[in-house]
Amino acid sequence: MARKSVSKAHAKIQELSWEPTFVEKDPKYKTDYTFKEGGQKDPMKQVLQSYFPMQEEKDHRVYGAVDAAIRGNMWRQVQPRWMEWQKLFLSIIPFPEISAARAMPLLTEAVPNPEIHNGLAFQMIDEVRHSTIQMNLKREYMRNYIDPAGFDITEKAFSNNYAGTIGRQFGEGFTTGDALTACNIYLQVVAETAFTNTLFVAMPSEAAANGDYLLPTVFLSVQSDESRHMNNGYGTLLMALANDENKDLIERDLIYSIWNQHAVVDAAIGTIIDYGSKDRRKDRDSYAEMWKRWYYDDYYRSYLVPLEKYGLKVPHDVVEDAWRRISDDFYHHHVAQFFATGWPVNYWRIDPMTDEDFEWFENKYPGWYDKFGKWWEHYSSLSEPNGHNPIAFENTGYVYPHRCWSCMVPCLIREDTIMDYVDGQWRTYCHKWCHWQDTVAYREEYKGRPTPAMGKMTGKREWESLYHGWDLADIQHDLGYVRSDGKTLVPQPHVQFEQDKMWTTDHCKGIEFQSPNVLLNEMSDEEREKHMEEYKQGFTINDTL
Amino acid sequence: MSELAPEGRAFTKGLGRGDRSIPQIMLTDAEAGAAEFAGSDSRSYNYFEPKKRRATKYEDVTLDVQPDPERYLTQSWILGWANGDLGYDPKWTKIQSSDWHAFRDPNEEWEKTIYINNSNSVRQVTNAIENAQSENVFQYWNKSWLPIIAKHVSAWAHADYGIGMYVFLPAQRAAPTNMHNNAIAVNCMHKLRTSQDIMLYNMELMDVFGDEFDGEVHKETWLEDPSWQGVRENVERLMNAKDWAETTFASNIVFEPLVGDLLRSQFVARFAPPHGDSLTPSVISVSQAEFTERDLNYTRDMMTEFLEDETHGEENKQLMEGWLEEWVPYSMQAAKGLEPIWSEPEVQPVSFEDSFEQVKNRFEGILSDLGLRVPEGATR
Repeated sequence: MARKSVSKAHAKIQELSWEPTFVEKDPKYKTDYTFKEGGQKDPMKQVLQSYFPMQEEKDHRVYGAVDAAIRGNMWRQVQPRWMEWQKLFLSIIPFPEISAARAMPLLTEAVPNPEIHNGLAFQMIDEVRHSTIQMNLKREYMRNYIDPAGFDITEKAFSNNYAGTIGRQFGEGFTTGDALTACNIYLQVVAETAFTNTLFVAMPSEAAANGDYLLPTVFLSVQSDESRHMNNGYGTLLMALANDENKDLIERDLIYSIWNQHAVVDAAIGTIIDYGSKDRRKDRDSYAEMWKRWYYDDYYRSYLVPLEKYGLKVPHDVVEDAWRRISDDFYHHHVAQFFATGWPVNYWRIDPMTDEDFEWFENKYPGWYDKFGKWWEHYSSLSEPNGHNPIAFENTGYVYPHRCWSCMVPCLIREDTIMDYVDGQWRTYCHKWCHWQDTVAYREEYKGRPTPAMGKMTGKREWESLYHGWDLADIQHDLGYVRSDGKTLVPQPHVQFEQDKMWTTDHCKGIEFQSPNVLLNEMSDEEREKHMEEYKQGFTINDTL
Repeated sequence: MSELAPEGRAFTKGLGRGDRSIPQIMLTDAEAGAAEFAGSDSRSYNYFEPKKRRATKYEDVTLDVQPDPERYLTQSWILGWANGDLGYDPKWTKIQSSDWHAFRDPNEEWEKTIYINNSNSVRQVTNAIENAQSENVFQYWNKSWLPIIAKHVSAWAHADYGIGMYVFLPAQRAAPTNMHNNAIAVNCMHKLRTSQDIMLYNMELMDVFGDEFDGEVHKETWLEDPSWQGVRENVERLMNAKDWAETTFASNIVFEPLVGDLLRSQFVARFAPPHGDSLTPSVISVSQAEFTERDLNYTRDMMTEFLEDETHGEENKQLMEGWLEEWVPYSMQAAKGLEPIWSEPEVQPVSFEDSFEQVKNRFEGILSDLGLRVPEGATR
């Protein structure tokens, strides 16, 4: 369909909508925002008769590349270090994608603008595309990569793992609660407009540098759909901004979305890009450099800030706090250290860092070695089973962290930790903005205004409490992270494939696992205050084991 | 340039031009089968039970992507609704199931099939219209037929749009598994694409016939023509209903067989040819085939799964029969309301009674296949 006729066709399909008269509209999904009718247009002028053939053509290219990768045996040159992190990443990402599909009716019910509804319907099926195309990519990895363990349990592991749960909020956040908070601000304005750049552009570039050209093929095809989704979000945001009553809610939702996604996405993607790569060229961008370019300059300064002229109150301090955690406070390096500490309950392997890695980190993040170098040396020396415990249970000096009640990433920048008694229990938060999320944003009112449509933070939010007092080997069996021989672990603290270098449940028997939050709640007030004071002071890694 | 890496394996150093550098290509020997160790041959997803001996690709890319506290989601949903409902709450339908995860879409739709099938439908419609234009078949059309297309064939686009956008789009948010929701999502796109097919066909006819074809009267027909008010009422009531299984049932087991079939296969397909028009049936037949071959198919399997549930089958049957009592009268009223349009065309190859008898028999056959009782007097 020629472009001119698409414009004409798009104008024609606007005749389809009407206002019901036989029933009084009762939206299935509610919002505390208020809207006037109509408003924004869809400049993308989407029509399904041109959309389906265009997407089919994109698919031809993707599946052609899949065939080429298999025939050319791409896996002879992929880096195991990289592929192992895909067991985590690709277990998480299909859920946010399908959640985005599920989220679309939140806006069609809540926002009175049929022209935008049309764009949302396209987005819905785009997201089904993304979810299943990514599941298929992972299936190819499972079938062709040297170690399929972890890929083979992918959706089960995503469901029962602490890291899966961290990632899951980047999906549940799209679908649940106030329709505008979830689908417009959290999904379209922040996740899609800001974070798809790091997820779907930065990740592919790193994949290619590690011998994996399938991930770029799939994810850049996915990313090519995102401009339509950003456009949907922009139109709805401008409609919301047209009503002054919404401004406090927009501010609340931007703070929540920007902070929570920084905490969640930067934790995972920062780690995967910086610690999953073997490419240590000095001129390849670090995650912090990518974040500065894609998020700070392209999103924050070029997209968000110009919206101030429409009355948007941009939470500059939240963006700056996030940037400070990445650039100055080693946020994702703490996360990588935590992931590696927790390797016995992961479903992927984590490769030790080498001298070449150390040099690269120190160059990109000055001061890195003093903070993390010694610990990674211990990790390396403890990576093969040799009569010792997994590193979390050896005396390295590392203190197993409390978990943040809001973002569920642990409180790793220790001095920022906040402890508070909320809803009848002691909780910990990794930062003041996460504390604000639980105690201010996710409540029945905001700035004195009732917010009956706002969602609730639910579930068993501290993963460790599920297994408090369990034997580590029993946890591993319960999770299903044990290979087909019934004892070799799916996770390993290395990427060696000799059977005699692999850890088994036998190595983990007799180790008791504990929940920091359960222990915190069992302490007396005095013990708790003292414990938190010490916790916030941090720890020192021992020079020797 | 080649040299030996510390591991003794060959690699090629990445050399750029000038200040540029490029990543090294390293041969890592990380392909399947390169080493044998525990789990090295575990090359299929092992956390669900395939329907047949081996999992299909559809199952691989669909199952458990939407997790469930009843399966592996040990921390449960971490965001809930203001009223206390879970993120995905099984209470959102009155249907009960002892295993929500048993359902498989018989059409096995996943992203590749969605785009292939819908693109084929687009091509089928486009080719039909282009062939008609190149052969200039429009000159043979009976001009008295044009207002019928402009009003009644085109008015159906609103029904498809309403059901696609405001029934199936919300329903695909609500079911407790990815299998249910993806099947409904595909159904949603069929309806929306068909509604646009009809609108764009309308636009083509405006180009072909100019002032002889009123391209805008369809909306007035939909909103005000008494013949269409029953259809509109049925659609609007479906749009406002909240139980996802009920709206899927009431749309595909009741409304489409009684009303959609009636218009597409009894009115358009039979009245157009005597007026020299073989094109409109070609355009409409695409959506008729999608309904009978795909959307009815998955709905029948989905409902059968609920009806054959060992624990809840009987209760589900009573529930569905209750739904029939509620929805059949609306769809009967909608179908019967269309009767006057059978008298409008110049040539009338079939009576409304005969047409309705055909769809009624088919509707009763669908219910009979499901083992559901037709509500007494409902189809009179």
